[in-house]
Amino acid sequence: MCQPVFYGIEYEINPWMHREHPADHDLAERQWNELCQMFGSLPGVEIELIEPQKGLPDMVFTANAGLVRGDTFISSRFRYPERRGESPHYEKWFAEHGYRVLRLPEGLEFEGAGDVLSAGGTWFGGYYFRSAPQALSAVSELLGEEILPLRLVDERFYHLDTCFCAVGDTAMYYPAAFDEYALAVLRDRFPDGIEVAPEEAVQFACNSVVIDDRVVMNATSPKLRAALSERGYECHPVGLSEFVKSGGSAKCLTLRLE
Amino acid sequence: MPSELVELKGHIIDSLSLPRVLDAVLAQGGQFEIEEIIVGKTRDDQSCARIRIQAATAEKLESILGYIEKEGANRLDHENARLEPAPKDGVFPDDFYCTTNLPTSVRVAGEWLPVEPIEMDCGIVVENGRAQTVPMNRVLRGQMIVVEHEGVRVEPQQRRESHGVFEFMISTVSSEKPKALMVTEVARRIVETKKQGRKVLLVGGPAIVHAGAGAAVEGMIRDGWIDVLFAGNALALHDIESALYGTALGVSLEEGRPAPHGHEHHLRAVNTIRRVGSIAEAVRQGVLKRGIMRECVLAGVPFVLAGSIRDDGPLPEVITDVLEAQDAMRRQLPGIGLALMVATTLHSVATGNLLPASVEVVCVDINAAVVTKLADRGTHQAMGVVTDAALFMRELADELKEEKPCPAS
Repeated sequence: MCQPVFYGIEYEINPWMHREHPADHDLAERQWNELCQMFGSLPGVEIELIEPQKGLPDMVFTANAGLVRGDTFISSRFRYPERRGESPHYEKWFAEHGYRVLRLPEGLEFEGAGDVLSAGGTWFGGYYFRSAPQALSAVSELLGEEILPLRLVDERFYHLDTCFCAVGDTAMYYPAAFDEYALAVLRDRFPDGIEVAPEEAVQFACNSVVIDDRVVMNATSPKLRAALSERGYECHPVGLSEFVKSGGSAKCLTLRLE
Repeated sequence: MPSELVELKGHIIDSLSLPRVLDAVLAQGGQFEIEEIIVGKTRDDQSCARIRIQAATAEKLESILGYIEKEGANRLDHENARLEPAPKDGVFPDDFYCTTNLPTSVRVAGEWLPVEPIEMDCGIVVENGRAQTVPMNRVLRGQMIVVEHEGVRVEPQQRRESHGVFEFMISTVSSEKPKALMVTEVARRIVETKKQGRKVLLVGGPAIVHAGAGAAVEGMIRDGWIDVLFAGNALALHDIESALYGTALGVSLEEGRPAPHGHEHHLRAVNTIRRVGSIAEAVRQGVLKRGIMRECVLAGVPFVLAGSIRDDGPLPEVITDVLEAQDAMRRQLPGIGLALMVATTLHSVATGNLLPASVEVVCVDINAAVVTKLADRGTHQAMGVVTDAALFMRELADELKEEKPCPAS
């Protein structure tokens, strides 16, 4: 994770961001601390921090740093120049922590764990708004593993982790964020999947962190709580309103290390 | 039909990426052909499909390719056109790309540039971000010329819509066709061309005058049906001789008999115009009181008179340098929608060589070989009417008189 010391809405690169609607910095710090403490209180969870950098407000969203698989780190190639400055810091951190750091060929846009997620033993890759399908194919080659590309169609849900979340062997996802082919794949793969409602999706229900049987999310609804509870999961809401203003929530604020 | 080969790679089967791309091609009016597909043997193996994408036009293809690229389909044939400098003035590099009369684009620095103007049997020079056809004799040493075929795309001519009577006329050239129907059809096409705001070009031989259709053509020019005239010294001179002496090559057009000392009329006529200085000046001074050339001057219809080795005089306006004459003809081509070629082999073939395939060509000649020759030399869009030129033109003029006033072009 990365402390929100320099966090703020300094540019607009997704439909959530509006400079005239800034984040409350103190509140953001309190919300982030609360999230951090929540993770810290869970058994078996260790938190590593990366040094925040001035001028890189979105570095708090560590999910987009790259993709971690074992001791390999595939660094992101951010679509927007505003975020490209983050990569050298992440690459340095991973190199210093003993990871093998890989980069995709130049020009292949790829936004890391924001767009590539594993669920039910399969990797899924979201593409169109931030990552290119060609990048997913390159990552799959590097990892030697299957990645099923899923076409995103709603720019509010620009990363796969804003509309899709693995929950044990199944997944919850927001159907309207995918095209018909991607949706057919999801429904086929997850017959028991949870399809979240639009009002839950805009609260970033899918941008959750699942640890054991706990689902940490920005906000929940009785219906979603019930659906998760039916499958043996417990909701842990943590208010993250100031990060939602940037188009991110619990999952975006973390990068899972192995 | 323009086409390009793309490659789609990855886990494209289980993710439905392949049907997504193929459906998108069809939904946008394109067509596809899977040339090769390699399906991964295990779940982790990637699959790879090579797909040829086709669309009716280059623009359409470009739009489809742009769309499916975002779905992961990368172009494979995206080589840029190869360019080499012309070794000497008037000489192309070996292996230069030889143009057709069809819309063509060349890929330069990743971008498709339209080649302009469309003209066959030329080279393509790429300069200042533009691609232009250049005839061999006009190329300059060091100009960058497209060589070989890579990075060159030719858009085939769309099939013409069915036009009833013309449908069977384009199949073969024959004298056994119902002439009245053909005249009506040609008139309809001329009217259609003018309505579209495009110009009608008349390429005429002297038979128009000495077979007695001069007055018919005069009327067509006066009524605005002809916008440009290409001819040689002969048509203009026969016309002027008939205006000054009532004869064509000394034969009275009224009586059909040789006039006394008629053989001199031809030379006296050209001498008269040369003395005055130009055809236009002869009209202004009242020397030339009637005829096709006079109507052109009065109506402001530009004419290009291209000279040949057997010309008498020639008339002052005749361009005796054939390369200059070709250039003068080229300058008149923009906006031409229909070319009516009547009773001249030389000028018909010369004009056919310069015209894009999108220009309709109607070729009228008593000799079927002229029409065949035009088609054989690459002007495939030519439609032939094998008949007497003068009769045809008179009937055509009559048909056009029944039309409402000619739409301005």
